[in-house]
Amino acid sequence: MASAEPVLVADSLVRSFRGGSPLRPSRVSAVDGVSLELGPGEVLGVVGESGCGKSTLARMLVGLERPDAGRIVYRGTEVTGGRARARAVLRRGVQMIFQDPYASLDPRMTVRELVTEPLSAVRAGSAASRRDRAVELLELVGLSAEMLTRYPHQFSGGQRQRIGIARALALDPDVLVCDEPVSALDVSVQAQVVNLLDDLRRRLGVSIVFIAHDLAVVRHIADRTAVMYLGRLAEVGPTETIFDAPAHPYTQALLSATPSATRAERGRLARRRVLSGEPPSPVSPPSGCRFNPRCWLATDLCREAAPPLRALPADGSAERAVACHHAEQAVAEAVAV
Amino acid sequence: MTTVVSDQTTALRVRGLDVVFTGEREVHAVREVDLEVRRGELVALLGESGSGKSVTARAIMGLGDEHTRVSADELVLSDVDVLGLDAEQMRRLRGERVSLVMQDALSALNPVLTVGAQIGELFRVHRGATRAQARERAVELLGLVGIPSPQRRVDDYPHQFSGGMRQRILIAMAIALEPELLIADEPTTALDVTVQAQILDLLDDLRRRLGMGVLLITHDLGVVMEVADRLAVMYAGRIVEAGDADTVLTRPAHPYTEALLRSVPQAAARGGRLVSIPGSPPSPATTPPGCSFHPRCAYAIDVCRTARPPLREVTPARVAACHRSEEVLDGLR
Ligand SMILES: Nc1ncnc2c1ncn2[C@@H]1O[C@H](COP(=O)(O)OP(=O)(O)OP(=O)(O)O)[C@@H](O)[C@H]1O
Ligand SMILES: Nc1ncnc2c1ncn2[C@@H]1O[C@H](COP(=O)(O)OP(=O)(O)OP(=O)(O)O)[C@@H](O)[C@H]1O
Ligand SMILES: [Mg+2]
Ligand SMILES: [Mg+2]
Repeated sequence: MASAEPVLVADSLVRSFRGGSPLRPSRVSAVDGVSLELGPGEVLGVVGESGCGKSTLARMLVGLERPDAGRIVYRGTEVTGGRARARAVLRRGVQMIFQDPYASLDPRMTVRELVTEPLSAVRAGSAASRRDRAVELLELVGLSAEMLTRYPHQFSGGQRQRIGIARALALDPDVLVCDEPVSALDVSVQAQVVNLLDDLRRRLGVSIVFIAHDLAVVRHIADRTAVMYLGRLAEVGPTETIFDAPAHPYTQALLSATPSATRAERGRLARRRVLSGEPPSPVSPPSGCRFNPRCWLATDLCREAAPPLRALPADGSAERAVACHHAEQAVAEAVAV
Repeated sequence: MTTVVSDQTTALRVRGLDVVFTGEREVHAVREVDLEVRRGELVALLGESGSGKSVTARAIMGLGDEHTRVSADELVLSDVDVLGLDAEQMRRLRGERVSLVMQDALSALNPVLTVGAQIGELFRVHRGATRAQARERAVELLGLVGIPSPQRRVDDYPHQFSGGMRQRILIAMAIALEPELLIADEPTTALDVTVQAQILDLLDDLRRRLGMGVLLITHDLGVVMEVADRLAVMYAGRIVEAGDADTVLTRPAHPYTEALLRSVPQAAARGGRLVSIPGSPPSPATTPPGCSFHPRCAYAIDVCRTARPPLREVTPARVAACHRSEEVLDGLR
C-alpha cells in the first residue's frame, strides 16, 4: 500500500491554543510537528494518552481547524491555505465522525434532517431521493426508517453515534476521519460499526483515520498504527509490528495497561507498567524527549535533545519509525521481560 | 479514616423500577428492574446500546422531567428510603451522599464557568468552604484524576479541555464529597488505557477506604473483567441476567450475555470479521412478544416466541431470564 500515491498527507502540522485566565495566560501546545501519510483504502489507527492532541490533529485533517504551521495535501493539492476552493474540495472528500455523539448533533433537527443536511448543502438530488438516501444510510448503520422523525435527545449514546456515522457517509467521502467512533458503543454494535468501516474500505476504497482508545479494536482494523505522545509521534508502523514489538517505551506502557480479555486473566492492570511522575502537561512540555520525565530509560541525552523519528531497524525493512534515543534497548529489554 | 464498613449496609437497592416516557407515543424504556449495590461493592451494569442503562441511572437519581414517569416498589439510597422524600430532601441527598457521572461529559458541564468554579461550588455549598479553600480543593481533585498542571488549568473553561479531560473533571466532581454511592455512566469511554487504569485504581481506593458503593455502567467488557464484583445485564429495558461476576463471565446462562462475550475483539483473529449479534436491538416501542431477545437468539424455540421467561435462579448466586438457560450453560447449540 505504501507504493500507491497517498490520498492525504500531513506534513509537520503544528497547533497551539491560548489557555489560562486573562491574568495568567498560558499556551497549550496541542500538536507539535506531526507528519502522516494515508494511502488509498488504508486504515491508519491513531492512539495515545488523553489530551495528547488526537482530536486536534483530526480537526486539522478535515479542515475544521487551521494549523499554525505545516501543510495538508489532499490528492496532490495543497489544501492548507485560505483558498475557499481548496477547502471545499477537502470538505467534500474528507468527512469526520466526532468523538462526542451528544454535542455533535444539532438538537433541533430530526434524524432525517441531520442525515440529509450534507446532501442539501451541496444540492444533491431531489427531496424524495434524499429521503430514500436517508433510509438507505440509516440501514447501513443498523437503524430503522421509523426513527427518521425523531430528535437526538430521544436516542441512546450508541444510537446517536450511528446517526453521526450515517451523516458522514452521506456524501460518499473517500477519506473518513473517525474520532473515537466506537467508544460509545457496546461490543456488539461496535463490531457492526467496525465491520461496516471495513466494508467501506474494501468495497469503496475509502481511506480511514481511526482514532481510538480501545487497543483491541485498533489492532483489529488498522493496517498501520501511529502512537502519539504529548503532541508528537512516538512511533508509527505496521499494526502488527507496533503491537508485537513496540519500540517506544510509551507504547510499551500503553499496551501493558490494556484490560484483560477474559476473567481468568484478571489482574493484568495491577501488573501494568505504571508511569511515574507528574502527568505531562502541554502547557509546559518537558525539553528534549517529551516522555523523558516518566521514562525508565531516560538519560541526559533524552533531557536535552528531542529524538527525531527514525527507521527501526535502520534498513527500514519493518517500515516502522520511532522517536526514541534508546529504542534498541527498549526492544531488547521488552523481549527479556 | 480507615474504618472497615460492614458490607451489609446498602448503598443502593431498587425493586421493580419502571420508566415510561410520555409523549405522542409512550415509550416504556425500563421495566421491573431490580438492582442492589452494597457499600464497598462494585456492580457493573452491562447491555446493548439503547437497552435502558442510562435511563435507569437517571431514574434512580431522581432526575427526570415532566415527560418521564418513574415508579418503583422500593428505592433505597445509602440506607435512606427515597420514595418518601420530597424534592428538596432528594436534592440534598443527591449532592451529598449519592452522585452520578453522566454519560455526556460536555453537556453536563457549564460552558460559561471555569472548571475550578464548578468543582469549588460543591465545597462552598455543601461544606461551607471559603472561595480560597474551594479553589484549593478543586486543584487537588483535578490532580487526583490526572489533569496535568492542575494549578494552571483550574481557571480554564470546559471547551479548553480534551474529551477525556472533561470526563475526568466530571469524575472529580462526583467524588468530591466522598459519596456512599457513585453511579458512573460510561466514565472511562473517552480515556486511553493508562488513564483509565488510573481512574479505576482511584475508584477502587475510594470504595475500599470509604466503603463507597459503585454502580458502573459500561460497554467495556475488559473493564468489567478487571473490576466487577457482581454484574447485571440489561436487554430491551429488562435485566436478563445478574449475579456474581466470576460466575456470569466464565459461564453465562443467558444467550445474550454469551453473545456479548463473543463480540469482544480477539488479538488472534486480526483482520477477520468481528462477531456481532445478528439483527438490531428492538426499540422500546416495538418490543417483540415472548422473550424480547428471541428474534436474534440462536437458541430460540417456539415457547420463546410466546412466553416471556421470568428471571429465576438458575445456579447459586445468579439469576437469568431464559427458557433454555440449562442448554446455554452446557454450551449446547
Ligand atoms: N479550543 C481549545 N482551547 C484551548 N486548549 C485546547 C483547545 N482544544 C484543545 N485544547 C488542548 O489541547 C490539548 C489536546 O487536546 P485534544 O482534544 O486534541 O486531545 P485528544 O488527544 O483528542 O484527547 P482525548 O483522548 O481526551 O480526546 C489538550 O491539552 C486540550 O486541553
Ligand atoms: N427522553 C426520551 N424520550 C423518548 N425515548 C427515550 C428518551 N431517552 C431515552 N429514550 C429511549 O430509551 C431507550 C434506552 O435509552 P438509554 O439512554 O437508557 O440507553 P443506554 O442503555 O444507556 O444506551 P447507550 O449504551 O447507547 O448509552 C432507548 O431506546 C432510547 O431511544
Ligand atoms: Mg479527543
Ligand atoms: Mg447510555
